[in-house]
Amino acid sequence: MKRFAALLDALAYTVSRNRKLALIAGYLRQTPDPDRGWALGALTGSLDFPAVKINAVRNLMKTRVDPELWTLSRDFVGDTAETVSLLWPSSDPDAITPSLAETVARLTAMKRSTVMTELPQLLDMLDEAERYALIKIATGGMRVGVSARLTKLAFAQSFDVTVDEVEEYWHALTPPFSQLFAWAADGADPPDTASIPTFRPFMLAHPLEEDAVDLKDFAAEWKWDGIRVQVVRAQAGDGHETRVYSRSGDDISASFPEIAEALDIPAVLDGELLVRGDVQGGVSGGAASFNALQKRLGRKTVSKKMREQLPAFVRLYDALIVDGEDLRELPWEQRREHLETLMPRLPDTAFDLSQLVQADDFTALAEIRENAREDAIEGLMLKRRDSAYVAGRKAGAWYKWKRDPLLIDCVLMYAQRGSGKRAGLYSDYTFGCWAGDPDSNGLGGAELLPVGKAYSGFTDAELKKLDKLVRKTTLKRYGPVREVERTLVLEVAFDSVHTSTRHKSGLAMRFPRIHRIRWDKPVHEADRIEALKALIRD
Amino acid sequence: MAASAPFSWIEPHRHGIRIVPGDTWVDPSRAADRALVTHGHADHARGGHGTTFATPETLAIMALRYNTGEGPNGGKTVPVSYGETVTLTGGVTATYIPAGHVLGSAQILLEHAGERVVITGDYKRRADPTCPPFEVTPCDIFITEATFGLPVFTHPPIADEMAKLLGALRTNPDACVLVGAYALGKAQRVIAELRAAGQHAPIYLHGAMEKMCRLYEDHGVDLGRLKLVADASKNDMRGGIIIAPPSALNSTWARRLPDPITAMASGWMRVRGRARQRGVELPLIISDHADWGELTQTIEDVAPQETWITHGREDALLRWCELGQRKARALAMVGRDQEGDQEGDGGHEA
Repeated sequence: MKRFAALLDALAYTVSRNRKLALIAGYLRQTPDPDRGWALGALTGSLDFPAVKINAVRNLMKTRVDPELWTLSRDFVGDTAETVSLLWPSSDPDAITPSLAETVARLTAMKRSTVMTELPQLLDMLDEAERYALIKIATGGMRVGVSARLTKLAFAQSFDVTVDEVEEYWHALTPPFSQLFAWAADGADPPDTASIPTFRPFMLAHPLEEDAVDLKDFAAEWKWDGIRVQVVRAQAGDGHETRVYSRSGDDISASFPEIAEALDIPAVLDGELLVRGDVQGGVSGGAASFNALQKRLGRKTVSKKMREQLPAFVRLYDALIVDGEDLRELPWEQRREHLETLMPRLPDTAFDLSQLVQADDFTALAEIRENAREDAIEGLMLKRRDSAYVAGRKAGAWYKWKRDPLLIDCVLMYAQRGSGKRAGLYSDYTFGCWAGDPDSNGLGGAELLPVGKAYSGFTDAELKKLDKLVRKTTLKRYGPVREVERTLVLEVAFDSVHTSTRHKSGLAMRFPRIHRIRWDKPVHEADRIEALKALIRD
Repeated sequence: MAASAPFSWIEPHRHGIRIVPGDTWVDPSRAADRALVTHGHADHARGGHGTTFATPETLAIMALRYNTGEGPNGGKTVPVSYGETVTLTGGVTATYIPAGHVLGSAQILLEHAGERVVITGDYKRRADPTCPPFEVTPCDIFITEATFGLPVFTHPPIADEMAKLLGALRTNPDACVLVGAYALGKAQRVIAELRAAGQHAPIYLHGAMEKMCRLYEDHGVDLGRLKLVADASKNDMRGGIIIAPPSALNSTWARRLPDPITAMASGWMRVRGRARQRGVELPLIISDHADWGELTQTIEDVAPQETWITHGREDALLRWCELGQRKARALAMVGRDQEGDQEGDGGHEA
């Protein structure tokens, strides 16, 4: 445990990506099995301890520390695990602490009924840095500026294998990844992923930053607003099984049985999960808004009624494997031919083909994109015709070219303290639009309705300035939230807006972020709620 | 003026503590005719007072920083040594007692009509080679700071932090460690502790540190061999320690250093997020303030009838007093770090 805690600390204070890679790689080389496998699991967010959730930790602390002192401390530190590690009484510095594997075994054995007695026993054995590591492992989210991808890169570096290979085998294995270490470190045979319905990491796109691309080299497709899925059919045990995976590799087959039931060819297909409708791209587009799809997400079972009212389908972008043949090395153009050939063999109730957008040149394509808003489409995808299918974002291969965002002027209403690196700074902003006419009789006739929340789109310098303003103009405090005087207009960018029953304003924005801070603009000139409602495309 | 109601002779204001008879102020943030000053940091001391009462060391610091006692606008000064008592206009007496915070820092014991009030200024209970230790002084009203007034703050032994710093130096012999430290107090304490830990090589100073270090030396604090970064070559400084104000850590100035490892000496370094916000790679938890344990222990030791909290995280200390059924109140004072987050940037040091 000491070594892993020291690694987390070192990572937290290291800014350089290469130094981070070297730290993780060094740890993986020097640490024995199975500790290093559990560390790999912790750093990639692959561990789950159902009985030990952040709420259990909080409840435990409130039995140990005065609740008010706990809240003040948590609020200041900005991280529950760290607050626990700092508040828990110190252990005997010479005590022998459990290994990472032993810690994981203890966490796994905890039940909801025993966590309140067993977690304190474990905490008592550890020093401050280890307690921090323990709560992070138990509740997930290391917050040391290390992504799962970076960890896999470090793994690849430490054993001189390629990260693509690691990605390929990753989802077929579980912590502590003994087979992965046996293969990479000791030269054993790699895991056989061809005969199991495992997830293959998606190929992703960079935002288009070039002024233009040559359409001889790039093909264009619409960017549909659903969720990216991978449909996989392969051998599983004695028979075959089809699974639907989300972008993060979660198995969502149970939520979308109509998709899982529809594929009976051994294949791995990449596409956009959508609900039938006529919002995106109009009647010919055939897809409802993201809002409609959202109603079907996260369900363990789906009623017949739900399936009838919100029928889901997958609009296919790509074919990775067809009839057991791996196509990923082929150029996109050839994979596309395979996909088109495959389409007649798939039931059209569950699958259709993402159409290519034809244009004479880039200028003509730009014009088509301009009109995409009318059709409620997110934008375009540009794919290099000769690109192989590789995991992650490969420079120059695929681009997403979203239409320009919508903009609206809102008024800052509430601010909340951030976490991690932003601990202590008021960095999450809730803003509203006017209901009623703010110009009618002073501000008396109008009230602000909160319409969204954003925590990105500003620089560190702007964050400092915003933080200062929040502190200076606080009206009321609600724990980590402050209500502020209505003095500041925020120009908010967002991708789309939909009706919602969850918010008082009756609407919900997609991807709101701060576009500009209008220090200059008087609040009564901010937009009215009607302006936002006019942009709804449900 | 007769002291009718108990303690009516002392009044907390946003700009300082006022001693009513004779209208004398303690650590006022506005210019006053008569000011008692606990120590030289800018959130307690300032120029422009008519007469400044402070320890000789604090007066020397104030002369350097605010021209106190010098020139036509420097005002008059009254040096008060530790243990010495002065009688103020209006009959209140003031006794200066070591606070253990920085060179010259004092608590001030005020007595009037048989009533005793202690104002701590800033203080700590740990040993510090640059100033005499805090003395517990019984009183009726105890006016305390609370900069680190949250139970998460436990400052580790300074020897641990020195070992961290020297360890980083040993494992990176071709680099240097750049330590951000407040120019008054923290810098000299870190240097003195490094000497005590056996580090005798020259220590390199940012130009802004030089005069204050000389002042400490003039008051008998041995800081060993000091050199200015401006007078050293990049190669000289490899394997060395550089001390600079926190504002210089990520500045263009730091580019002249050989592969600096950025360290920061501050009590705030106890919280990871604070260290990361500053881009600190080597956090050194070294504070010249009392930590939570010391703040609460001191209130228990002093056992006043009432505790007043001047600045810091007063909410938690108030709550602690409430839980122990101790009478307490918070004084919202201006100019004393609202949240203490921006310390070292010319605001409140820690």
